[in-house]
Amino acid sequence: MIRSEILREIAPILRPHLVVCNIGLPSQELHMIDDQPTNFYMLGTMGLSSSIGLGLALSQPKTVISIDGDGSVLTNLGTLPTIANNVADNYILMIIDNGSYGSTGDQPTYAGKKTRLEKVAEACGCENVVVCQDVDTGKTLQAAIDSKKMTVIVVKCDSGNIKLPVITMDPVVIRDRFMKAVSA
Amino acid sequence: MSIDKRIVDDLVANEISFVTTVPCKQLAGVIDEIEAREEIFHIPSNKEDEGMGLCAGAWMGGKRPAIIMQNTAIGVTINTLATLIQYYRMPLPMLISYRGELREPVACQVEMAVHTKALLAQMNIPTYHFHKQADVEELDMILKYTFMCNKPVAILTDANFWGGYGDQ
Repeated sequence: MIRSEILREIAPILRPHLVVCNIGLPSQELHMIDDQPTNFYMLGTMGLSSSIGLGLALSQPKTVISIDGDGSVLTNLGTLPTIANNVADNYILMIIDNGSYGSTGDQPTYAGKKTRLEKVAEACGCENVVVCQDVDTGKTLQAAIDSKKMTVIVVKCDSGNIKLPVITMDPVVIRDRFMKAVSA
Repeated sequence: MSIDKRIVDDLVANEISFVTTVPCKQLAGVIDEIEAREEIFHIPSNKEDEGMGLCAGAWMGGKRPAIIMQNTAIGVTINTLATLIQYYRMPLPMLISYRGELREPVACQVEMAVHTKALLAQMNIPTYHFHKQADVEELDMILKYTFMCNKPVAILTDANFWGGYGDQ
């Protein structure tokens, strides 16, 4: 499965929760598949989905799912020790690991070569690190939500993209709509 | 009252309850004070752009954030300031140790110091420079201004403000 197929499958699981979605195609795909006020779409700033999600989880009680990519996590590897050492049990970091920089033309990442992000996360001190295959994403994510334990999920899937439009919603509208959903 | 306690009192009085820090010798006392305060959740970050991401999330979660960092971090965070903090219109007080100014002993620090105000001006970031201890009187107003306008605001604090580097 490719990322857009995974997002389509897990959209009903994501819907009741706060979602911080990575820059580029992941946000465009989620926006097209199931736009919700509880989705925060990143329009720039590669690498910070996990950080924004952690800050959000530490500041209010609702479940927060950061959707990130292997390339983005590599951009901001310092996030993993911060996550490990500041446990928020309402936080899930879901890394869609397709071994490539999808939004820029599927150039390979080091995660698609020798680097194993799940081992990096464990070495950083993350206590619940789960690796799953693309077809098992839904049940793995649901189990992580139900566990009420901070979890890092690494989803192994195929690289590949679909054609879709950019998000034209104004960033302040995205943010304001999201904040109202957070406080609702 | 110590300057460190005075600064953190102003943060608390302005309901700032989520502070991320990247270490700095000049700001060490403030960081210790933040760590000690029950009203503030202190979360050290490994890099300043990561810290700004944490602050963005905290603010959307209903907390008032702040970041404490060195001015060299302006070079690290330009993209994050433009595409996250400014683009989504978020407030972010940045208490910055202004290395490379008067009484600086390390020549390399001057190399970023000479760009600091120009970069902040280019970014249209309101910037305040604390050079004497009495300048701290403005901190409370600066914090209120930051959360009034939902912008990143820079507070540059130089070595003279902190009383020099001692024997360094």
